[in-house]
Amino acid sequence: MLYREAGDFKTSYRDDSQTFPLKLDRMGYWVTLAVAFGVIPFVITDYWANAVLVPFLIYAIAALGLNILVGFGGQVSLGTGGFMAVGAYATYKLTTTFPEISLLIHILLAGGITAAVGVFFGLPSLRIKGFYLAVATLAAQFFLVWLFNKVPWFYNYSASGQITAPERTFLGYVISGPATSAPAKYLVCLAFAVALAWVARNLTRGTAGRKWMAIRDMDIAAEIIGVNPLTAKMSAFAVSSFFIGVAGALLFSIYLGAAEASETFGINKSFLVLFMVIIGGLGSIFGSFAGAAFLVVLPVFLKNVLVGAFGWPTDLAAHVELMIVGALIVFFLIVEPHGLAQLWRLTKEKLRLWPFPH
Amino acid sequence: MEQLLYASEVLVNGLMAGVMYSLVALGFVLIFKASGVFNYAQGVLALFAALTLVGIQQGQVPFAHLINAITGSHISSFGWTVPSLLAILLTALVMVGLAILIEALVLKHLVGQEPIIMFMATIGLAYFLEGLGDIMWGADVKTLDVGLPQGISDTAEAWTAALTGYGFFIDRLDIWATVIAALLVAALVAFSQYTKQGRAMRAVADDHQAALSVGISLRFIWVMVWSIAGFVALVAGIMWGTKSGVQFSLSLIALKALPVLMLGGFTSIPGAIVGGLIIGVGEKLFEFYIGPMVGGATESWFAYVLALIFLVFRPQGLFGERIIERV
Repeated sequence: MLYREAGDFKTSYRDDSQTFPLKLDRMGYWVTLAVAFGVIPFVITDYWANAVLVPFLIYAIAALGLNILVGFGGQVSLGTGGFMAVGAYATYKLTTTFPEISLLIHILLAGGITAAVGVFFGLPSLRIKGFYLAVATLAAQFFLVWLFNKVPWFYNYSASGQITAPERTFLGYVISGPATSAPAKYLVCLAFAVALAWVARNLTRGTAGRKWMAIRDMDIAAEIIGVNPLTAKMSAFAVSSFFIGVAGALLFSIYLGAAEASETFGINKSFLVLFMVIIGGLGSIFGSFAGAAFLVVLPVFLKNVLVGAFGWPTDLAAHVELMIVGALIVFFLIVEPHGLAQLWRLTKEKLRLWPFPH
Repeated sequence: MEQLLYASEVLVNGLMAGVMYSLVALGFVLIFKASGVFNYAQGVLALFAALTLVGIQQGQVPFAHLINAITGSHISSFGWTVPSLLAILLTALVMVGLAILIEALVLKHLVGQEPIIMFMATIGLAYFLEGLGDIMWGADVKTLDVGLPQGISDTAEAWTAALTGYGFFIDRLDIWATVIAALLVAALVAFSQYTKQGRAMRAVADDHQAALSVGISLRFIWVMVWSIAGFVALVAGIMWGTKSGVQFSLSLIALKALPVLMLGGFTSIPGAIVGGLIIGVGEKLFEFYIGPMVGGATESWFAYVLALIFLVFRPQGLFGERIIERV
């Protein structure tokens, strides 16, 4: 009886066009934020932070970025891993060169650098489309990873070829390096995720988002009605790469603490994030979070059940996981091409009508 | 002169590697032409075929690892070995069965979806098959030997030594691969030009609806095309498996086949061959001349960058049909 438009009168355009038009939705949003910021940091353990929450938030940012490009802009990219590597290595170079500047600023700058790289590799999208573009972005993936492996300047000539996050503090708390506490990791990632989700939501429902969607639905038609494909496609690549760069920077500096280009940012990373976007829902902010949560929790869950409860060897569990993920992708594409977000939307529709069937 | 001879040896080896790429690319083109599906799983099909072949040949029990984990038994093999030719035939049958399953479980439900959705479905399929192959036959690196000759060809070395005074190193397996690839292409072209099914296949490729309206069974054609692609994958799997062992990296050759396709155009069988040769030669020569200057291992990205630059100037590939877009 609570989930109703009835009686919820809008008296201004501002009210009418807000993100959550229903009161219950709005309350749910604020409660989620309050719990995320006010409760979880005090109860979080190392296991939960490292296995579930921190990777979830970081991949949610990456999925948001890729969703802007694929779901809103209609440009398929398989270069996510490479762009995350740019974010990570840019943070590393910046924070070791200018240690006195806050790491958080460096992470944002790294996002900016990734955006520039993304625009460069996005240029061919003006000429080529669809699969051709998907394969062209593979060039970014392989070239960038190779570059970070082969040019010692990027990893400060370290003998192992790895980059390691140095210790950095913010407001007196350690936020990077091996001494980082679980709540600190979690809060930094959460702050970035919430802020970027807010940016993404407002970009996609404004002029920029409408241009991207026009290009996605039919680029020639969009061009005829006055959308400039150059600026629309390049801005989609720039914003998307910014998000992905920040995700890569967080993955390296906050979560992992050390990274090696081909190990950490291989082609599998690109596919993982793409799957999150597909399972979560193309063209949906909520979907990016749902997809990231699903694919972060699934391996942990399967590992606990198969290895923990059944006592199977870990390699067998890993193969079963591959099969399940693959089958789920196919299943989702057949049953619900719009992903978890669409299921959530349908549930909400049903809720509005409940208890009546129509 | 010395340098030129080295370079031409690199060139010949590049051509041979290109033939291998072409073999994988061929499978892609077949499926793309007949169903408009860009089949990412082609590389994993090759891996799956090679794993199955080794498994049957050595009499492994399928799912042994899984059965052992559930029941606590210690079975691993039936204790017999199957002759190569029979094993290849059995594997081909398995690939046909797989094609039927894929059509019934995946493709049938996705008719009329956008191409990019189909593409993503085949990525899912690739993951599934990779897991399935590993669970069925185990994930360890296996050696595949179906009796193809391997090692340095003495004849080629003697001939080139007689001609130029410098003996080329050419793997005998590569020569065989070239011959087999040529035969395969000839057979495929003959099949699609001169048989009833081949004509039906081309009709489907041209226009699904028109083909349906003259009484061609779309589902049968799809199963057939996927079976043929499975067979091509088997051949590619045998070649690559013999060359570098049957292991996960085999499925990555699918990624290498993508730039080959982009160069040649997605719809052209000759394009797949020429594209493969260009990429094979290009990356070997680039590694030979430029590689030492930039730290080597350029083979990992050269093909993609070449294809990318090429596409900017000619988006439909060398032999592709011209893309005409309308609102």
